[in-house]
Amino acid sequence: MNIPSSIWTLLVGIVVTIVSLWYGQNHGLLPTPASDEAELVDGLFNAMLTISTGLFLIVEGALIYSAIRYRRRPGDDSDGSPIFGNIPLEILWTAVPAIIVIGIAIYSFDVYNSIGGFSPHSVHDAPIEEQAVRMPGAAIAATLSDTSPNTDSNLNQEKSDAAMQDPATAAVRNADQIPQRQNAPGVGVVSPTIGASPDKEGTPPALTVNVTGLQYAWIFTYPDTGITTGELHVPVGREVQISMTANDVIHAFWVPELRLKQDAIPGRQSEIRFTPKTVGEYKLICAELCGPYHGAMNTQFVIETPEAFEQWQKEQQVASLDLQQLVAVNSADLSPAEFLAPYVSDLGIQPEMLHQVHHTHH
Amino acid sequence: MTQAQLQEGANISALSEEPGGRKWRDYFSFNTDHKVIGIQYLVTTFIFYCIGGVLADLVRTELKTPETDFVSPEVYNSLFTLHATIMIFLWIVPAGAGFANYLIPLMIGAKDMAFPRLNAVAFWMIPPAGLLLISSLLIGDAPDAGWTSYPPLSLVTGQVGEAIWIMSVLLLGTSSILGAINFLVTIWKMRIPGMTVNQMPLFCWSMIATSAITLLSTPVLAGALILLAFDLLAGTTFFNPTGGGDPIVYQHMFWFYSHPAVYIMILPFFGLISEILPVHARKPVFGYQAIAYSSLAISFLGLIVWAHHMFTSGIPGWLRMFFMITTMIIAVPTGIKVFSWVATVWGGKLRLNSAMLFAMGFVGTFVIGGISGVMLAAVPFDIHVHDTYFVVAHLHYVLFGGSVLGIYAGFYHWFPKMTGRMLNEFWGKVHFALTIVGLNMTFLPMHKLGMMGMNRRIAVYDPKFETLNFICTMGSYLLAVSTFPFIINAIWSWMYGPKAANNPWQALTLEWMTTSPPAIENFDKLPVLATGPYDYGMSNGDNKEVENVPFSDEKEPALAAGPNSALRADPDPKVAANPEDRK
Ligand code: HEM
Ligand SMILES: [Cu+2]
Ligand SMILES: [Cu+2]
Repeated sequence: MNIPSSIWTLLVGIVVTIVSLWYGQNHGLLPTPASDEAELVDGLFNAMLTISTGLFLIVEGALIYSAIRYRRRPGDDSDGSPIFGNIPLEILWTAVPAIIVIGIAIYSFDVYNSIGGFSPHSVHDAPIEEQAVRMPGAAIAATLSDTSPNTDSNLNQEKSDAAMQDPATAAVRNADQIPQRQNAPGVGVVSPTIGASPDKEGTPPALTVNVTGLQYAWIFTYPDTGITTGELHVPVGREVQISMTANDVIHAFWVPELRLKQDAIPGRQSEIRFTPKTVGEYKLICAELCGPYHGAMNTQFVIETPEAFEQWQKEQQVASLDLQQLVAVNSADLSPAEFLAPYVSDLGIQPEMLHQVHHTHH
Repeated sequence: MTQAQLQEGANISALSEEPGGRKWRDYFSFNTDHKVIGIQYLVTTFIFYCIGGVLADLVRTELKTPETDFVSPEVYNSLFTLHATIMIFLWIVPAGAGFANYLIPLMIGAKDMAFPRLNAVAFWMIPPAGLLLISSLLIGDAPDAGWTSYPPLSLVTGQVGEAIWIMSVLLLGTSSILGAINFLVTIWKMRIPGMTVNQMPLFCWSMIATSAITLLSTPVLAGALILLAFDLLAGTTFFNPTGGGDPIVYQHMFWFYSHPAVYIMILPFFGLISEILPVHARKPVFGYQAIAYSSLAISFLGLIVWAHHMFTSGIPGWLRMFFMITTMIIAVPTGIKVFSWVATVWGGKLRLNSAMLFAMGFVGTFVIGGISGVMLAAVPFDIHVHDTYFVVAHLHYVLFGGSVLGIYAGFYHWFPKMTGRMLNEFWGKVHFALTIVGLNMTFLPMHKLGMMGMNRRIAVYDPKFETLNFICTMGSYLLAVSTFPFIINAIWSWMYGPKAANNPWQALTLEWMTTSPPAIENFDKLPVLATGPYDYGMSNGDNKEVENVPFSDEKEPALAAGPNSALRADPDPKVAANPEDRK
C-alpha cells in the first residue's frame, strides 16, 4: 500500500484536527440552550461533532483521493498490488473506534448522571436481586408477569394518587379510568424519569407542574396554586419538576431549548426535572405521533423572571377559578373535545381541530 | 495468465444456449429456478420502490410549505405510513433476498437453492402482501399510525386499515423467514467440495449473518402483531392501557425485531459492496476475515440493542445505559468494514464505472448515517433528537445512502450476468450523479431541522423551517427524476444492449464462470476454484514474477494462492484443484 509520506500525513492530520475542532464549536446546529441541562447536552454534542467531523473528513477524503489518484489510466489493464490485509493496521482501526466510543460512552454517562438520569427513584426502589429472590416460580416467567404476588407499594400508583390529590389535576386526568402500571419486577418502577441532578438530590423541586397530554393539547396544572392552563410558565433559575401522563394515546413532551424529551404514556407517570436558565418564549412540542393533528399539538413554553411569574400566577388564579367551576360540573365522562371546548381560545387550538376531535374520537 | 484467465480456464462455461428464464411467461409463473426467482424479487421490489418513492414525493410536496395545503392531515399520516412500510418491507428487505436468491447458488457453485419450491413460495407471498397493503389506500382506509404502529394510537385509528397493515406485514415476515431458512441451508450444505467457509465470497457471509437475525427476531414481530390484532379486533387489552395493558411491551417486542431488521436491511448490501469494490479496484478485498466476522458480530450485537429506540419512552435509567453501550459497540465492527473497504480501494486501479461509483458512493454516504447513529446512541443527545428530523435524516442516510445505493451498485454490477447484456455507462453515470446530489440535498438539511426543533411525522410545521424544507423537497424531486435514466437504461439495454461476455469484469467469483445469463442448472460441470475469490493482482497481466505476496512464498502455483485460495487448503481428494488434472 502506498502510504503517503509522513510529512503529508502530518499536515493532513493537522488540518483535519483544526477544521474539526473549529466546526465542533461553531456549527450553529442547536437552538438556544435554555436550561442548565441543555448546556451539558450541548457539550456532549460538540465533542461528538468534533470527532465525527474528523472521521468524516478522513473517510471521504480517502475515498475521493483514491478515486482521483488511483483511477485506471487508459491502456493500463494491470491490477493493483495484492494486499490481503495488514494486521497492525487492522488492530489500529479496531482499537481507535473502540477507544472513541468508550470515551463517548463515559462522557454520555457523566452527562446523563448530571442531568438526573439516575435519580434514586428509578434505581433504589426496586433492587434487582431482592426482587428476584422473592419471586416465586421460574424467574423468567415471573419477570414476564405483572400480576406477581408483589405486595410492595407501587410507586407508579403512588405518584398517580399524589397528582390526583390536586383537584385541578384530577379534573383533567382520567387516571381513574386507566389502571396504573405496577412496578415491574426486577426492573424497578416503570415510570421513566430524569430526576434531580446529583447536587439537588433529596431536595424537593421548587415548583411542580402536572402535565396531561391528550389529543391534541397539553394541559398544565399547578398543584401549589390550583392553576390550570394551556401554556407552561416557569420562573428562571428554580428547579422545576414536570409530572406527566396521557389520557388517551402516547404523547411526548419536548422543548428543544431544554434538550429534554419524555413520552407521556397512559397508565404511567413519568417525570423530568430541570432548571430553566434563559428567559424567553419557546415552543413546547408533542414529539410522538398521536393522530392526524399531531403536528399542531404544540404550545408556548415561557421562562420568565420570578416577578413576571408571580404576576402571571395571580392572573391565572383568577381565571382558573372560573374554569374549576366549569369542570367540576361535568368532568368525568366527557370526550376530550367536549371537555376542551371551553379552553379553545386559551389553548390556542383552532376550532376546526376540535371539530376533528369529535369525528375521530373513538 | 491473469487470475481471471486461470479461473475461467479451470471452469468450462455451461454450453447451453438457453438461459434460466426462457420466456417472459416464466417470470409470471411458479418457477423454481433460483435465477428466475431472484429476478422476480428484484423487479417486483423495484416496482414497489417506485410506488414508495411516489408516496415520498407526495409527503415532501406537503412539506414544501408550513401549512397543510396539499393533503389532509389524515391522508398525510397514511402517506408516510405506507411510504415507510413499503420501503422497508416491500423494497429493501426483499431486494436483499432477491440478490441472495440470484447470487448465492452461483457463487458457491450449486445448481439451485436447497429448497426450490419453498423459495418460490417465499417469493409469491410478496405480491399479494404488497397489493393488499396498497389496496388499503384505494378503499380510503389506509393505516395511519406510522410504520411502527404503536398502540394505543394504532388501536384507535382506522380499524380496517390497521388490520390490513398487520396482515400484510405478517405475510412479508413469513416470506422472509422462509427465505432465511433457505439461504442458511444452501450456504451451509451446497458449497462445492473444496470451498471452505473461509473461501466463500463475502456476500455469503453477510447472508448467513442476515438470515440468522431474520430467524431469531422475525417471530417476535409476528407475536407482537398477532397480539395487536387481538387488541384491535377482539377487544383484548394486551397493549391497551384502558384495560390495564402495556403499550411499552409492544415497543419492546416491535423493536426486538425492527432494530435487527435494520441490519437485515443493510448487511446484504455490505456483502454486495465487499464483492463489487475488489473487482473494480482490481485489488483483493482488504481484511477478508475481518469483514466476514464483523458481519457476525454485527448480527449478534444487533439483537441486544433494541431499546435504544425507547430512550424517551419507558425504560429505567440503568437500562438506558446498558443499551447505550451495546449500541455504541456496534460502531466497532461497522467501522472495521468501512476502513477495510477504504483500504481495498486505496492503491488500486479503479475502474470508475457505474457499479464502482455507486459502491464508493455507498461507503461515502453510509458513513454519514453511521456517524449520526453513534450520536443517537448517546442517551442525553438522543433524548433531544429522538422522533425528530434528525432521526429521519439518519435513517435515510443509512437506508438510502446505504441500502439503496448498494442495490444500484449490485444492479449495475450483475446486470450483464442476469440479462446477458451490458448497461449503458453514460446513463449510468448520469443516474449516479443525480442520485448523489438529490440524496444529499434531500436529507442533509434534515439533520439541522431536527436539532432545531422540527419533529417527525408532522404535516404542519413552524414557518421558520420553511427554507430548509423547500430545499429538501426540491432534492426529493431530483431523486424522482434520477430514477428515469436508470429505468430507461435498464429496459432498453435488456432488450437491445450490447451482448455481455461471460465475465465482462474479469471477476474471480464463480458466478462469472458460467454463461451470461447462466443456463438452467448454472454449471455443466462442478466448478472448481483455481484462485480465491479476491486474488486480484497476483500476476499483472504477464507472467513476471509476483512480488509482495504477503501470505505465500511459493512461486508456482503461488500465482493462484492468495490466503483465500483453495490451493492453499489441504488438497481435497474429491476435487482436483489443478485444472489440468481434471481433464
Ligand atoms: C425516494 C426518496 C425518499 C424521500 C424523498 C423520502 C422522504 C421521507 C420523508 C419526508 C419522511 C418523513 C415523513 C414524516 O415524518 O412525516 C420519510 C420517512 C421515512 N422513510 Fe423515506 N424517503 C425516501 C426514501 C426512503 C427509502 C429508500 C427508505 C428505505 C427504507 C425510506 C424509509 C423511510 C422510513 C422508515 C421513514 C420513517 C417513517 C415514519 O416516521 O413512520 N425512505 N421519508
Ligand atoms: Cu400528542
Ligand atoms: Cu403528537
